[in-house]
Amino acid sequence: MTQAQLAQGTAPLLAVRDVSVVFGGIVALNGVSFDMQKGQILGLIGPNGAGKTTLFNCLSRLYQPSSGDILMEGVSILTRPPHRIAEIGIGRTFQNVALFPNLSVMDNVRVGTHARTSSDIISDSLRLAWIRRSETDVNKKVHDILAYLDLEDVAQTVVSGLPFGTQKRVELARALAADPKILLLDEPAGGLNHEEVYVLGDLIRKIRDERHMTVLLVEHHMGLVMSIADHVVALNFGKKLAEGTPAQVQADPDVIKAYLGSKDQ
Amino acid sequence: MSAAEEVVAEGHQAVEAVPKRAMTLGTGTSLVVLAALLVVPMFVKNFIIFQMTMLLIYGLAVLALNILTGGSGQFSLGQSAFYAVGAYTSAVLMEHANLNYALTIPISAAVCFGFGYLFGKPALRLSGVYLALATFALATAMPQLLKLNFLEHWTGGVQGLVVTKPDAPFGLPMSQDTWLYYFTLIVTLAIYLLSVNLLRSRSGRAFMAIRDNEIAASSMGVNVALYKTLAFGVSAAITGVAGSLGAIAVQFVAPDSYTITLAISLFLGMVVGGVGWLPGSFVGAAFIIFVPNMAESISKGLSGAVFGVLLFLVIYLVPHGARQIAILGQQFAGKLKKN
Repeated sequence: MTQAQLAQGTAPLLAVRDVSVVFGGIVALNGVSFDMQKGQILGLIGPNGAGKTTLFNCLSRLYQPSSGDILMEGVSILTRPPHRIAEIGIGRTFQNVALFPNLSVMDNVRVGTHARTSSDIISDSLRLAWIRRSETDVNKKVHDILAYLDLEDVAQTVVSGLPFGTQKRVELARALAADPKILLLDEPAGGLNHEEVYVLGDLIRKIRDERHMTVLLVEHHMGLVMSIADHVVALNFGKKLAEGTPAQVQADPDVIKAYLGSKDQ
Repeated sequence: MSAAEEVVAEGHQAVEAVPKRAMTLGTGTSLVVLAALLVVPMFVKNFIIFQMTMLLIYGLAVLALNILTGGSGQFSLGQSAFYAVGAYTSAVLMEHANLNYALTIPISAAVCFGFGYLFGKPALRLSGVYLALATFALATAMPQLLKLNFLEHWTGGVQGLVVTKPDAPFGLPMSQDTWLYYFTLIVTLAIYLLSVNLLRSRSGRAFMAIRDNEIAASSMGVNVALYKTLAFGVSAAITGVAGSLGAIAVQFVAPDSYTITLAISLFLGMVVGGVGWLPGSFVGAAFIIFVPNMAESISKGLSGAVFGVLLFLVIYLVPHGARQIAILGQQFAGKLKKN
């Protein structure tokens, strides 16, 4: 990938290059490669233990790959500590929601802006003029996002008391508050009912279209992935099994075998 | 049924949402408390004024612990060490360098910030009960460190140092005790306001995010290590200021005034006041100052046991401390208004 490609916009936004992860003697990921183009919704599928979450955690720098590289806009992210991933435009949600349970919805989303703002404890304690201005901007942005995701009514509510589906929306709002270029969604449909899954699918598409985002969707729910993804990567036992359009992947004999061949699905 | 589905089912049952709890008092209540703090000393004896001064000082120390534990979620049984460093910094500067007492306070805050920040670095690797143990070790070591021979010239060794009580400035017609009370009140108010600002700011939200979920905080760009050590630094700095004021009020510093007992008292004060609720710090401070005296007046021989029973009652009746009482009071007032 050259600078020229980048300039033309043909280079991938995110490139996973031959990534392997080994835990002790267990190979969780084995030479996985794929590209994400700007504006794409990429579905990452695979049975339990296929390595989806491992890959996800490599992208958010919670795991260090044993070999291979991950490039964001052509630059490796592997030298960055986890807290410096948000600032280059990678935002995420968690599999079983990881909100700040004792904070209000509004404060949860405010924390989402952390990577896009700056302050120091002295200026914060004195509430200097530039801090007040920055807080005003943050509040405006947070209110916009809450309105966008229909969370205004619960803005002042502590998140731990909210229904699971609402908590998932709060997590999405928190991720959006960091203005990510790529949104990593770890099983967003988990725990939602049939109807909620469809609403979620529409929402993800809407976010991609209106907020010009690229989405990596790790999901068990085949219906959701196949209906909204532009591109699908299937993993099994840490290896890439198939890649292509949803229809191509669905028709792939290896994928069918992986899903139907094992009884624990 | 997966775990997630169970959560959904529970979520549907939870109809009543939990409203956000305030971290501070309302404006009206704050003004009443402030007025009382300003006016009461004009009508009471010097001894009561002294006790009110100590209430503010311990309140500051509990507030400092509240920022650390209630704010960033880190435990500390070592606050007595920071208090001691603050007290000795002021005492040594006043008695050996003839520095004005008021000037020693910011110096003490800076010294303790550095000390707390440096202590917070290795403590980063510890959490929960292990962190409590490490800070416990710090509290146990401090009195011994202060007795070290080569420091004796400065610290006075086991004997400690006598601190001169300052007179009221500008020829104000008030006793030393009264002046010191108002001086302490000014410092306390300033620190209280700064602390409220801090906890409501971006940094404060980073503290609380870390307390609630470190991995999620880190994913949002919060530098967990930095903010954890900063919380230690801020907490130590405020505790140090309390130590300085305490040294000036008591007019004496000695190693055995700053043992683990002090640290445990402060911890107790935080729990009784309500973890994470700043005004509760002062209620907690009142508890650790006055309740032992009450216990002694009930039974001299068994004061410890009586104190234990009183403490047990408080924890049993109001597990969330003064904060819970405040919330109940607010609800009661709300009902009265409706009727």
